[in-house]
Amino acid sequence: MTRDERITALKSEAAKRILVMDGAFGTMIQSYKLDEAGYRGERYKDWDQDLKGNNDLLVLTQPQIIREIHDAYLEAGADIIETNTFNATSISQSDYGLEGIAYELNLEAARIAREAADAYSEKTPEKPRFVAGAIGPTNRTASISPDVNDPGFRNVTFDELVEAYGEEVRGLIEGGCDTLLIETIFDTLNAKAAGFAIKQIFAEDGAELPIMISGTITDLSGRNLSGQTPEAFWYSVRHLKPFSIGMNCSFGAEQLRPAVADLAEEAEALVSAYPNAGLPNELGEYDETPEQYAPKLEEWARDGLVNIVGGCCGTTPEHIRLVAQAVAKHPPRKIPKPNHEMRLSGLEPFVHT
Amino acid sequence: MTETAGATFINIGERTNVTGSAKFRKLIEAGDYAAGLAIAREQVENGAQIIDVNMDEGLLDSEQAMATFLNLIASEPDISRVPVMIDSSKWSVIEAGLKCVQGKGIVNSISLKEGEEPFLEQARKILAYGAAVVVMAFDETGQAETAQRKFKICERAYKLLTETVGFPPEDIIFDPNIFAVATGIEEHNDYALAFIEAARQIREKLPHTHVSGGVSNLSFAFRGNNLVREAMHSVFLYHAIRAGMDMGIVNAGQLAIYEDIDPELRELVEDVVLNRRPDATDRLLDAASRYKGQGGQKREEDLSWREASVGERLTHALVNGIETFIVEDTEEARQSVERPLHVIEGPLMDGMNVVGDLFGSGKMFLPQVVKSARVMKKAVAHLMPYMEQEKKDLGIEDAPAAGKILLATVKGDVHDIGKNIVGVVLQCNNYEVIDLGVMVPSQTILETAREAGVDIIGLSGLITPSLDEMCHVAAEMEREGFEIPLLIGGATTSQVHTAVKIDPNYNRGQAIYVSDASRAVGVASNLLSETECEPYVSRIRQDYARVAEGHARGQKAKQRASLADARANKVAIDWTSYTPPKPTFTGTRLFADVDFNELRAFIDWTPFFSTWEMKGQYPRILDDDKYGEAARSLFEDAQAMLDQIIGEKWLTANGVVGFWPANAYGDDDIELYTDENRTSRLTLLHSLRQQMARDRGRANTALADFVAPKETGLADYVGGFAVTTGLGEDPHLKRFEQAHDDYSKIMLKALADRLAEAFAEMMHQKVRRELWAYIPEEALTNEELIAEKYQGIRPAPGYPAQPDHTEKRTLFDLLDAEQQAGIKLTESYAMWPGSAVSGLYFSHPKSHYFGVGKIERDQVTDYARRKGWPLDEAQRWLAPILNYDPKALAPEAA
Repeated sequence: MTRDERITALKSEAAKRILVMDGAFGTMIQSYKLDEAGYRGERYKDWDQDLKGNNDLLVLTQPQIIREIHDAYLEAGADIIETNTFNATSISQSDYGLEGIAYELNLEAARIAREAADAYSEKTPEKPRFVAGAIGPTNRTASISPDVNDPGFRNVTFDELVEAYGEEVRGLIEGGCDTLLIETIFDTLNAKAAGFAIKQIFAEDGAELPIMISGTITDLSGRNLSGQTPEAFWYSVRHLKPFSIGMNCSFGAEQLRPAVADLAEEAEALVSAYPNAGLPNELGEYDETPEQYAPKLEEWARDGLVNIVGGCCGTTPEHIRLVAQAVAKHPPRKIPKPNHEMRLSGLEPFVHT
Repeated sequence: MTETAGATFINIGERTNVTGSAKFRKLIEAGDYAAGLAIAREQVENGAQIIDVNMDEGLLDSEQAMATFLNLIASEPDISRVPVMIDSSKWSVIEAGLKCVQGKGIVNSISLKEGEEPFLEQARKILAYGAAVVVMAFDETGQAETAQRKFKICERAYKLLTETVGFPPEDIIFDPNIFAVATGIEEHNDYALAFIEAARQIREKLPHTHVSGGVSNLSFAFRGNNLVREAMHSVFLYHAIRAGMDMGIVNAGQLAIYEDIDPELRELVEDVVLNRRPDATDRLLDAASRYKGQGGQKREEDLSWREASVGERLTHALVNGIETFIVEDTEEARQSVERPLHVIEGPLMDGMNVVGDLFGSGKMFLPQVVKSARVMKKAVAHLMPYMEQEKKDLGIEDAPAAGKILLATVKGDVHDIGKNIVGVVLQCNNYEVIDLGVMVPSQTILETAREAGVDIIGLSGLITPSLDEMCHVAAEMEREGFEIPLLIGGATTSQVHTAVKIDPNYNRGQAIYVSDASRAVGVASNLLSETECEPYVSRIRQDYARVAEGHARGQKAKQRASLADARANKVAIDWTSYTPPKPTFTGTRLFADVDFNELRAFIDWTPFFSTWEMKGQYPRILDDDKYGEAARSLFEDAQAMLDQIIGEKWLTANGVVGFWPANAYGDDDIELYTDENRTSRLTLLHSLRQQMARDRGRANTALADFVAPKETGLADYVGGFAVTTGLGEDPHLKRFEQAHDDYSKIMLKALADRLAEAFAEMMHQKVRRELWAYIPEEALTNEELIAEKYQGIRPAPGYPAQPDHTEKRTLFDLLDAEQQAGIKLTESYAMWPGSAVSGLYFSHPKSHYFGVGKIERDQVTDYARRKGWPLDEAQRWLAPILNYDPKALAPEAA
């Protein structure tokens, strides 16, 4: 299939059923217990900085591991797999001195995911598989000062983000992604910069991929790190006309539900949700078992809140397998009709009828 | 509609605009962004729904200033909660701004001035950044002046935006240019009308778009004559809003109510705005001098409204709270209709609807609404006998009210100002209110609710034991099978307490926290609506589940120190080098019938305004843009009543003060002695100790820390006091009630409360200077007293430094306050009369106010032992500050 055919197929599948995304990458990579040498591989064996923990680099140094993880999720029943590119912008990679290979990381990650998805699409033609190019938040915030004594200061600008995201997006598109997924958004301005970069590239190249957007809630009042409510967040990114809007990561399914419900009520786009497997315990591990996790997502499906579900930190192929089974019984959420209210936002939503 | 601005009209704050505010410009030029932020915050606090930010000033690096200010705003949640309007005539400044806002704001503005190419390019960028846009009616040939050309340009822009760019039409705001009229130049005469006409066509023919404009331009010719300017703005908006203008930059504080404008002036202004006659400008100019200098000033009493129809007169009286003619107007209306009820359902309800709309849209404030209610009640009282007679004659039933609501202050509590305000606001909105008053046992509440068949029960309370009583009422409602909603309000209540403690007791129905009186109507109407009730309640349920979960999680996270560790970290005072001051007497002294003139100077007015739901510091609030006028009028009424209270001796002020030899005893108690030998114990005062986990350098404080420990051998002292100003208020409250005058009733209670606080403040000063005399030369202003700049403290039992209300009993016994001063304690230890203050005095320089915060089981167990209570009783009295759920954890086995 060409990309346009795949996008058409994705849209028609989404109209029919609740789609399932994959689960966590980090947890899976940990199980391979790679050491410093493992991360470096042949190519970076002499690199002058530590590379252990740079999971995004593995698409170059251990591509077979990344492929195995994709395969495991596809086998478990994922419709959409994410590229292993959560930290693959030049901004995040500069921590390892690897800002120069951001484009290559994205290109390779997308290729590996593409091959894996295509192989499964061939195996199960009735269930086509798709690749979402994962665009993480970077490790900097455009709306928040890192220096409490200087609230007007920023350690990254909108323009710098646009440039870094643009490079990432080009790699992801070139490598064969079907959609672009801006995810784990804790600062909406970062996401707006990513969206701006994407639109710029669409305009330059003439290609247009569905945009998926997924925020995250970082405090118990139900707001993101930069202070917005879910509705305000939605109004802030609505101009990107996303294919889906949703929530991921955060405190686990129970705490995320009100935010997902807010979006489900408001958004004239598909709603996605892929929470963590509960909250991390004292050791930073996620304890929620597949058997505990799947029923929570099924409840959302049953209540008509979601179109796309999956897993975030702490989830495994087994979580995804049970989630896929659980939501298969339920129809996808109906998308509300758009109206013509002017919807603005600060930290809070503001509607002018 | 009688208001210039309709409910859906969005007013944009423009005080953070360097071209519109000289003050803001000077601050930004001087680099004082902090003060600039304060202006932005004030605007939002005063109700601006969107704030306009403009940095177009020749001497500024406007791009830099825009980015800096918006980045700073992002760190201020109080400000950044509202959308921003990025205002500049320079595209580079707009773009710099768009890169700094995470929300969706508005760009102000773009136009076709430079042709289609830049217009399209900018529009595409705005869409990619994610903002709405203001489009000026400006094209390659210049600004549009006629309605025809204004519309044509907007239509062209609309096509380009929606068809070529794909801009959502609802995010387009047209500004068809407001220009000055009455300039003496004939071509200008049609400018206002041209705008209005263009607005009409835009809203009709360019679907989903909006129309905005900067109104102050209009009256440029009358600079210096605010009254005429205000009238012009008001008349213009009246017509422009009807034509479809739905946003604007308007100085809301300087806007006359359309119907309040002197009819002659209004006529003249209308002639100018609507260009109705060729000599309109001259006529207005001639007349203008007569109105000069009156802007914003108090106007002469104008009785011209008396010439209007009776319906209009009633509305005017209701909106303006004028009682003078209400009986005669009501009577005239009654004679003109078939049934007396028709007067209520017709002109009176029409008038109250206007009041409701104005209040709902923030154009009227609580004191004004309460005054309106007073007028309404008078009118209804006049009609009552006729209606009774008619009922007898015809056997007709009452017209149904919007709903029946029972209100009560719970058992043990006497505070009811807030509850009375809620009652008034509900009645204004056609709810039938059954007010059971104060100290109402749950049995009475439930029996009345059942007999009267009420739709909603509302509970109020101010002191912390009332929280427990509310839980009890909720549990009783559950037990007796009630299902109606339970509203919770009052100063110590909260959403968290309602969600975590009250609601779980009442599964059949829903407990709902109502944060202030202005929300009561919205809550009630949702609950009683057939269509809204279910979604509303389920939303509340979700919210409360979220709040309860958040609370539970927060509880887990809070680290507490053990009581032993907390005691080891008590306030470090070096007693070796300290000689405690000796009071001038020990035992008690009565201060009976204190002069109110003396108390008046000690009043802290800020809480008085917040009682009326007007938030702001006194005296600044009197000049506030939003509240100023209402605040001044309320303040005048308060001063007038104070004069009466004092002149006619309505109230009596009694107080009693005592000092006793005392030493800290054990770790957390204070032993009082019968005499200076300090061998015979008079009583033991108990205090509670903070158990929050502390960093080095901060103590875990208890009140006992401020008194020299017994072991030091120092002769230390503590004092105590109880004062009231509420004696004698009952007959006056009754009188107001009979006169249907809630306004005066609430005013009297609010003033008595303030006077009691003033009494406590004055007494404390007297203690410091004369009675304990440890600072004989103290000279602090009232502002400094309010800011608690004095040495020594006067904490009250039941408040943060000693949250246990039962300690009030000990204090009252020491003072013999009931006998001496006439202040009684209820079973929940509320003081009666309610306008009363009591507390302990500590003099040590290191003594300070603090909050005990949450405490652990170890301290509660120890406290119960010291008080001679079973653990259960301790947990009941300390319920609001327990850091654990007594039900969740069984006590450890002995």
